Amino acid sequence: MHERRLGTWLFALGILLFPLIVHSNYLLSILIMIGFYSLVCNGLTMLMGYAGQISLGHAAFYGIGAYTTAYLSATHGWSPWLSIIAGAVISAFIAFIVGIPTFKLKGHYLALATLGFGVIVYTCFKEFTSITGGMNGFFGIPSIKLFAWEFSNDARFYYLIWTVVLLSLLFSQNIIHSRVGRALRSIEGSEAASDAVGIDIMRYKLQVFVYSAICASIAGSLYAHYVTFINPQAFDAMLSIYFLIMVITGGASSIWGAVIGSSVFVLLSELLKEVVPLVFSNAGGEFEIVFFGVLLVVMLIYMPNGLTAAWKKITGKWRTSTTLSPAAKGGGGR
Amino acid sequence: MLAVNNLHVYHGYLHVVKGISFQIQKGELLAIVGANGAGKSTLLGTLAGVYKAAEGTIELEGEDITPATMQTLVKKGICLVPERRQIFDSLSVKDNLLLGAYHRYRRDKKEIPRDVEQVLELFPRLKQMLDRPGGLLSGGEQQMLAIARGLMAKPKLIMLDEPSLGLAPLIVKDIMTILRKMCDELETTIILVEQNVKAALKVADRACVLSHGQISISGTAQELMNNETVQAAYFGKKQSNLVRESIS
Repeated sequence: MHERRLGTWLFALGILLFPLIVHSNYLLSILIMIGFYSLVCNGLTMLMGYAGQISLGHAAFYGIGAYTTAYLSATHGWSPWLSIIAGAVISAFIAFIVGIPTFKLKGHYLALATLGFGVIVYTCFKEFTSITGGMNGFFGIPSIKLFAWEFSNDARFYYLIWTVVLLSLLFSQNIIHSRVGRALRSIEGSEAASDAVGIDIMRYKLQVFVYSAICASIAGSLYAHYVTFINPQAFDAMLSIYFLIMVITGGASSIWGAVIGSSVFVLLSELLKEVVPLVFSNAGGEFEIVFFGVLLVVMLIYMPNGLTAAWKKITGKWRTSTTLSPAAKGGGGR
Repeated sequence: MLAVNNLHVYHGYLHVVKGISFQIQKGELLAIVGANGAGKSTLLGTLAGVYKAAEGTIELEGEDITPATMQTLVKKGICLVPERRQIFDSLSVKDNLLLGAYHRYRRDKKEIPRDVEQVLELFPRLKQMLDRPGGLLSGGEQQMLAIARGLMAKPKLIMLDEPSLGLAPLIVKDIMTILRKMCDELETTIILVEQNVKAALKVADRACVLSHGQISISGTAQELMNNETVQAAYFGKKQSNLVRESIS
């Protein structure tokens, strides 16, 4: 079996076995959060690492997915499955419309435009109180059901979110290793050269932006059905920056970076919640912002390609040394 | 095959290409030479769809392609090898080549592996480094890869913008030999924009000297080689001040 596929199946096996071995709702809830963020970062990795575009507005799509499913399922009684799909369609449409003018921009301008989009959507969540409930939040979001099976406890939701994450990772892997993936990587490499070989750059940028928005939207929808209560603070601009930190920490050049970056972020967040009050008794949530800000700077300086690239480098060296060792042994033989 | 009639191109208010007309036949190598800022790259960019013509027409095999986009022109068989190679650094040599065949991938999926082999016969140096990232190749190898990537599109017309830029003379000689071979053996039509006039004229069938956005001298490569003005401006041979001024 191809190494790439083998890794995915081993990962899937680990996901399947974990709740059977570890019976802790706390750990499952952490893994569920990692699942939500992995799904968002999977799309964002495709956008940033493969197409070379930045987005500081993905919390908006996460929020659109959450509020759409909340509104349609709780207020209008839609099936959560249908309302999740509706959220994804709305997010895709908005991403398409926003993407047309936005992807004419590059670098810092693109980052600021997407950040601005995130702030606008956050303000809408706050101000459209008749739909979103404003800062008081949206209560009573129903759980997801599959026939008579309700995803109401952590173990069941764990399997749901990780099934979706695995499917999205497989989909992304297939894209990456196809003609479309090569085209995306060429855009990241050189837009002038991509133009020269006839690649429709704008179309690909839009397609990958829409795909990343759909991933974020589905993650947001599932999050809403998991926590059953949402408010705008869960989708502010800071979350978009955290998504960026997750992608950079994990490594934008590999889709596994999405899972690794999300895991590091959630685990460090939990660790900080435990450790910081022991050191600073009056410390608030701002410590998290400072810590992850420092982490981002450190990563950009010392590991700009993220943990997956660092891992590849280490295993690459190890493979080289093991390949060379028989020769070395031979050379030193009697 | 390609006919350019009274082409005018502006960059903002700057009139860069001023009424250029020329024709090129199938399998011919046309060199366009001239000083910096003469409008060579703008002319090539306009033929490739990067810039829009303000006036004039470009016809490919009788069809007006003046308003066509870059993507359309690649599909129609016009391929640009841009200045400074512009290869995809992080992608392997093989992926770079496959991207050259991007627009024909669905149509000719089965033919593409064979085309890679054919192209590699022209550039045997690339054969041994198919899995190496493009960014790790030397300047000359990158230029070969850029041309090979262009050939993967199976173009009717391939246009090269300063392929000798920053390369050692021996590598330039190799590349020029390959270009000549492409014309003679594959019947590829080539427009070569060069500042290395001597190298370009050695392999070209015909040539034009561009000066201030206009063609100042044109003829066969041999005619230009023997032209006193060209010799004075580009080969460093002694010439009267009057002629020097006329070319600058």
